[in-house]
Amino acid sequence: MTDHHESNTGPAECGPSQPDRRTFMATAAGVTAALVAPGVIMHSVAGPRTEAVTSDVRWGLLVDTAKCADGCSACIEACDRENGLDLQTQPSGAQPTRWENQKSVWIRKVKLQDNQTGRVTNLPLMCQHCEHPPCVDVCPTGASFKRADGIVLVDRHTCIGCRYCMMACPYKARSFVHEVMSNQLTRVPRGKGCVESCTLCVHRRDYGEESTACVDACQAAGHEAIIFGDLKDPESPIRMRLAELASRQIREDLALNTGVRYAGF
Amino acid sequence: MAKAVVRAGLVAVGLAWALIAQVALAAEMKTYVVAGSQAATLDSCVEPTDIMRRKHMEFIQHQRDKTVHGGIRSSKHSLSGCVDCHVRDEPDGEAVPIHQKQEFCGACHAFTAVNLNCFDCHAAVPKGPGAALASKAAYQAVGLEQSPRAVSDGKEH
Amino acid sequence: MKRIVYREWRVPPARYWSLLGILASVIGVAALAFAYMEHEGHWVTGMSNSVVWGVPHVFAVFLIISASGALNVASIGTVFRKPLYKPLGRLSGLLAAALLVGGLLVLVLDLGRPERLVVAMTTYNFRSIFAWNIFLYTGFMAIVIAYLWSMADRKGDPYNRAIGIVATFWRLALTTGTGAIFGFLVARQAYDAAILAPMFVVMSFAYGLAIYMLVLMFSFKEDDRPIGNRILFRLRNLLGIFVLSVFYFTLVYHLTKLYGAKNYDLVGWLLLDGGIYTFLFWVGWVLIGGLIPLGIIYHPIHGRDRNWIAAACGLVIVGGLSSLYVIIIGSQAYPIQMFPGQTILESGFFDGVQGAASSYSPRIPEVLLGFGGVAVALLVTAVGVRVLQFLPESLADEVMPPDEEASGRAAVGAQA
Ligand code: HEC
Ligand code: HEC
Ligand code: HEC
Repeated sequence: MTDHHESNTGPAECGPSQPDRRTFMATAAGVTAALVAPGVIMHSVAGPRTEAVTSDVRWGLLVDTAKCADGCSACIEACDRENGLDLQTQPSGAQPTRWENQKSVWIRKVKLQDNQTGRVTNLPLMCQHCEHPPCVDVCPTGASFKRADGIVLVDRHTCIGCRYCMMACPYKARSFVHEVMSNQLTRVPRGKGCVESCTLCVHRRDYGEESTACVDACQAAGHEAIIFGDLKDPESPIRMRLAELASRQIREDLALNTGVRYAGF
Repeated sequence: MAKAVVRAGLVAVGLAWALIAQVALAAEMKTYVVAGSQAATLDSCVEPTDIMRRKHMEFIQHQRDKTVHGGIRSSKHSLSGCVDCHVRDEPDGEAVPIHQKQEFCGACHAFTAVNLNCFDCHAAVPKGPGAALASKAAYQAVGLEQSPRAVSDGKEH
Repeated sequence: MKRIVYREWRVPPARYWSLLGILASVIGVAALAFAYMEHEGHWVTGMSNSVVWGVPHVFAVFLIISASGALNVASIGTVFRKPLYKPLGRLSGLLAAALLVGGLLVLVLDLGRPERLVVAMTTYNFRSIFAWNIFLYTGFMAIVIAYLWSMADRKGDPYNRAIGIVATFWRLALTTGTGAIFGFLVARQAYDAAILAPMFVVMSFAYGLAIYMLVLMFSFKEDDRPIGNRILFRLRNLLGIFVLSVFYFTLVYHLTKLYGAKNYDLVGWLLLDGGIYTFLFWVGWVLIGGLIPLGIIYHPIHGRDRNWIAAACGLVIVGGLSSLYVIIIGSQAYPIQMFPGQTILESGFFDGVQGAASSYSPRIPEVLLGFGGVAVALLVTAVGVRVLQFLPESLADEVMPPDEEASGRAAVGAQA
């Protein structure tokens, strides 16, 4: 199911409220300025967030699978470094094959082949940041939640580790921390017994950086297969690109209105 | 450049003050602030000390929800801030996990029989890029630019 | 017909205490297993990010739905006005409460952060069927206790039927709710079926009754109390009907799955080449849990033999555990179909490469935890019947009430 009318019916259908468009544009201008003058560090532009997030924006990703290179794992390594997932160690005594399935994975690469045409597609897969997230619906304590700006998160102070959200997620995007952690990064607390998943680099959002670790890494690797941006802003690069490309949601049949879209397959 | 000078000056003043304060405090009452932490060089916490003693849990709790749900990172009660300022550095520069029995949070909680599991997940020492960013607002609340750690050692990057 | 007299369980102390000792040591070992899993984290179990619910959940769900089924016996007595079943009511209530405690304990102790149980009890997300189940479980407990009181205390007698009716509906809601925990998971193909909820209801009838019969026969035999053929064969026949119903629902489940072409692969996998799941389906669920017990129950000679009847009950229980293993774990092992029409060549996270199922093999600690739940249920029951008057002196044919109430009131559906 390809959706050629992304710009009209896509992720933006959740009705952007107009009043704050101007502030957004101002920020956007700042972003552009920063890009033009690379010496300027982003967070010094937007600074730490002082007001609670609002639904004036909805963060999302667009993956152009045509540009996603076979064998490249730049996004995964970047995510692991950004979020301290590379600090996970296999507990002594754990069986390696089982451990591979027990450690946290926030983003992974999948390689597909079309049964009909034989065409091979590579793509990164992570939390799809649904507008109607099943994980949030099923969470008994309300620890799974969708932040106003569309990021689906786990409040690990109320998560009891029941894993029902993992049962409910159609993308297998969530991981349960199976082992005692030490050496966590200050910016990404994580620990045994709670469920976690891609946060769209939530700390970067709040300190005003303009993209995510995976997007930066993909760009640095020269592929530019992932675009990050505000799905509610018709002028944003991600929306422009969505208008140009035929894109789709994974498991579109579930009508979750995902914040992560895929083009080119 | 000018900033650095000012900061160095501030630190120096802070150090001098800390010396005096330490002596004064030792005479006055027991403090849990550990020598070798940034806090030991400063003279006030993010709130008046007696309020901190009684209400820090409420501040942190409140901050927690504001940060996790609202994304607010500019307030002074962040847990990262507490850790950064109160953690003790060994002479070799290595920070000692703040929840250990002899350390700041750990000592008082052991004394008051409070059992915290926050540091199951939260870094008990400032760690990784972004740590300085996360404690910045707290430092600004006491009139400093940011954690001296951010500039003094290369750990920030 | 005489008045039914209830008496504490009077097995010799040595025997009683050794029984308690055995149960307590099983519980002790389970506690150690729990402490180990809690200390190390879930990596010491077979559970993973692909199969997130494992053997503890099989046991927990089994015990919880059996709790609901065990109460069935009491319901038939009060709600459907079958006097014959009335003397069985107290044990039925006790067993229901005990099984629920055992099941919930396993569920809670498998949480990633069991110490946060308070959070689960104080913050609710009312959109979550799981949260509703917490209410259903605690409510069930309260109702069963009230029900027991109404059966045991003369003052409670006037309320007995009303409470019984509430309990019956509550019980149906509870099992439906438990089934719905799985049935609402649209993400996973095998769960995505409304029929799971009613299927859990009939399963609960069968497993709950099988456990009930075993406990009844064991406790009566130990204490030399007679059970007449009339009531025993009644229960046996009822079990036969329930096992048949489970069969029927199993069939309908697979047929509805086959109705959508997208599920051909799933059904084919489960029935033909799902490895352990295929084996457990055919041998555990169908043969051990279905055909053999049915063969025994409807056998003209074995069907009248107590040992054979007990064996049939045991087989139904084994079959029940197998079927829940297939339903809970098999459905997770089968890869989520994210990309219809595509074959997954490689994946960084076990997404069903070339259609491969995820692997899961239970580890000892999680199995011990499951057994611990069973032992808790039995311990509560054993203590209950010992200290309070749950068991009738005799269920011999001559002391038992008539099948129907004297008024001749039709009790339609009592056995359906
Ligand atoms: C910028 C540095 C700084 C930050 C950030 C900071 N503190 Fe403090 N804190 C201090 C200083 C300095 C003192 C000693 C004040 C005094 O001597 O009166 C102190 C004192 C305290 C005390 C009283 C100690 C005693 O001996 O009774 C407590 C409790 C405390 N802080 C908790 C916290 C918590 C919790 C946080 C995080 C929300 C925090 N602090 C953040 C600098 C800081
Ligand atoms: C299971 C892991 C876990 C545990 C245990 C935990 N937290 Fe957190 N905490 C997190 C995560 C994840 C965040 C989100 C961090 C982010 O978005 O930057 C967070 C954020 C916070 C924040 C806001 C960020 C900051 O640095 O100020 C505060 C405050 C906080 N937690 C306090 C606590 C306290 C107090 C406890 C102990 C009672 C605790 N946490 C226990 C995982 C945990
Ligand atoms: C001067 C002693 C003292 C110091 C130092 C101290 N605490 Fe506490 N803290 C307490 C006491 C006492 C309580 C228990 C309050 C209560 O139970 O009402 C407490 C409770 C807490 C709680 C709430 C615990 C709960 O179960 O809800 C948190 C969170 C907390 N402290 C964090 C910290 C952190 C982080 C530090 C170090 C930066 C720290 N505290 C340092 C005395 C202290």
